[in-house]
Formats: sequence, structure tokens, C-alpha cells
Amino acid sequence: MKTSRRHFLKIAGFSAMALASGLAAAGAAEAQIAPGRYVKRDGMLTAKRWAMVIDTRRFRTEADYAPCIEACQKAHNIPDIHDDRNVKWIWTDTFEHVFPDEMNAHLNTATRSKPYLLLCNHCTNPPCVRVCPTQATYKMEDGIVAMDYHRCIGCRFCMAGCPYGARSFNFVDPRNYLSNPVPNPDFPTRMIGVVEKCNFCVERLAEGKLPACVEAARGAILFGDLEDPNSNVRQALAARFSIRRKPSLGTQPGVYYLI
Amino acid sequence: MYNAKAVILGIVIFVAIFSSPFWTSWIGKDYTNTGVVLPTNEKTCIEDTEFMRANHMRLLNEWRDQALREENREYVSALTGKKFAISLQNTCMKCHNNYAEFCEKCHVANSVYPYCWTCHIIPTEGK
Repeated sequence: MKTSRRHFLKIAGFSAMALASGLAAAGAAEAQIAPGRYVKRDGMLTAKRWAMVIDTRRFRTEADYAPCIEACQKAHNIPDIHDDRNVKWIWTDTFEHVFPDEMNAHLNTATRSKPYLLLCNHCTNPPCVRVCPTQATYKMEDGIVAMDYHRCIGCRFCMAGCPYGARSFNFVDPRNYLSNPVPNPDFPTRMIGVVEKCNFCVERLAEGKLPACVEAARGAILFGDLEDPNSNVRQALAARFSIRRKPSLGTQPGVYYLI
Repeated sequence: MYNAKAVILGIVIFVAIFSSPFWTSWIGKDYTNTGVVLPTNEKTCIEDTEFMRANHMRLLNEWRDQALREENREYVSALTGKKFAISLQNTCMKCHNNYAEFCEKCHVANSVYPYCWTCHIIPTEGK
């Protein structure tokens, strides 16, 4: 069969058109299903970049941190498992474990000997988001590193990626370790085989409330917009010396510790 | 035909067994509906019944993505113009509070077994 240039170009043109219309149809199939509209909730707290400032001078012992930890565990139905399968959203550890970069040989006793509060740092460059193969972990525009448990396949790459140990895997069904009814019936639990972590109380911010640990700390933990020079967190950081965890890694944590 | 009796008997038995789904259905009762019990405290769902029946699972997927990723946590109904908080547990299940008579009736009849409740909590049934 002999094909003229004109004939070839005709066929190529029609093929391109058919392909493009097919792509358009596929795009249309992805469009919104619901006939209604989606809107933001009135009265929700918003920021350009949420950040937390923990005033470590106001916490001396484990007991000082206990109300914050308890408030979080109740708000998010976190199981209490007393072995290496424990699920951590917010917890405490020693200075040398929390700030390994800051270990001077002869640090003052008060700073070195007390516990520090730990949670997900909601990094500006979160390694957990980069390694997640399903986009179950993602970064929102307000700086919160959030999780969609529906998409988590439990591969635990994020646990390997996180340099702060802020992620926990559900080795067992967490409901076996929760009271019935659960502490907060308005919030879901998780299931066996997914990874979980602190969500900066994104569900409470949507209702216009501050995070549970911030509320329980009664002023010792500040929460606000890091991009706003007049916010409480920026003023606290301008007034006092602060450190962050493992700054040399370049993850840019969103949790600051006033020393 | 060689061994005709056995062969014909075999064919008759085979046809009887093969066609059993058809003739047993004449004996059994007709399928009419799943017996879903609708909530009584509201007249309409967030959208019309036809849409909800066909698309509730796709709507829930869309709700999840809108709420979690876009921070759009409220839905304005095209049917009534009312606003609804996007939440399976705290919005849907407030009306559809009878899991066994609503969700399960239809899901079992259609052999679909979604695993919503391994994480979400059915309000009236505890964890």
C-alpha cells in the first residue's frame, strides 16, 4: 500500500484528536461527583505555617507533662500498650536523646537532667512525606504534616524516614487496648497495620479550638502562626533563646523549645 | 448407542443439576428489596435518594479527600441548600444510627463488605 504524505498527516491528525478527547473524558471522569458545594467551616483557626513553642522552663518533671499527654491520648483514642508495640503521639525523653546535637560535655545540670516533651515536628521538609509510596502522608498548605489512614498500606517507610521517631506502627488492633466506649467517640480509632502520629489536632483547629496538649498546658505551650510577626509564637521566639531537634538534618521542624 | 441407558440417565442428571439455579428459583420466593429500614427523623438525606443509593460510596471518598486534604470540612447540599459537617461518624451515622437495619442489610444482600468500622465508630454500638 502506498501512502501519500497528505494521507499520513490526515490519519495522524485524527489519531491525535481521538487521543486528546479520550484524555479529556478521563479528566472529566475525575471531576466532582457530589452535586453540592464544598466549603470551609466557619470559625476554623487558620495560619500560613502552624508552629508550636514549648517553654521547657515551665516543665520540671514527668508529672508536669502528664496532663498534656493525657489530653492528647483521650482526644485521639490512643491505646496504652506498655511494651515496644506502644503507640506514641506525644511522649517524653531525656535531653541527650531529644537534642543529640546539643550535647556539650559539661551542660548545666538543670537543663540536662529533666525530661522534654516530644511530638511530630511537622517539618517544612518532611522526609516521611517524600518516602510515602501512597501519599497517605502529605503536607498541607498550613504546614501540618497530615495522614490519611485510608491510604496507609503499612509499609513503614515513613518510620524509617522520620529522624525523630514520631511515628508508630499498629502491630495489634488498638481497640484491644482501649476502653469501651472509647475515650472520644467523635474521633475514629486506627486499625492494625497502619502507621500513625500526631496530627497537630487538625480536627480541633477546624472547630476553632487549640490543640489538646496546648489547652492542657495552660500557657506553657504556645501554638500559632510562624509567618505572622505579631503572633504569640514569633514574639516568644524573639524574646527567648530556643532550639529545635536535629537542625543539622535540614528538615526545619515546626516545634521549638525555649531553654 | 453403546451403553445408551447409562448415558441418557447421565445426561438427564447433568441437565437437571446444571439448570438447578433456574428451577429452584421457581420454588423460592421472589426477590423484592433488601429490607433496608430508613431513618424516620429526617425527610431527606443530604442529596436525593437515587443519588445516594448509587453514589454514596463515591461521595464518601470525595468527602474524605475534601476534608482531609483540602480542609473543606462542610458540604452544602444541592437538594436543600443545608450545610453538613463532613463526617461519616458524626453526620451520616447521626440519622442512619441503626447499622444492622440500614448499612448491613444492603451490604450483605449485595455481598459487599466495606471495612469502615475497623477505625470509625458506630455511635450506638461502642467500639
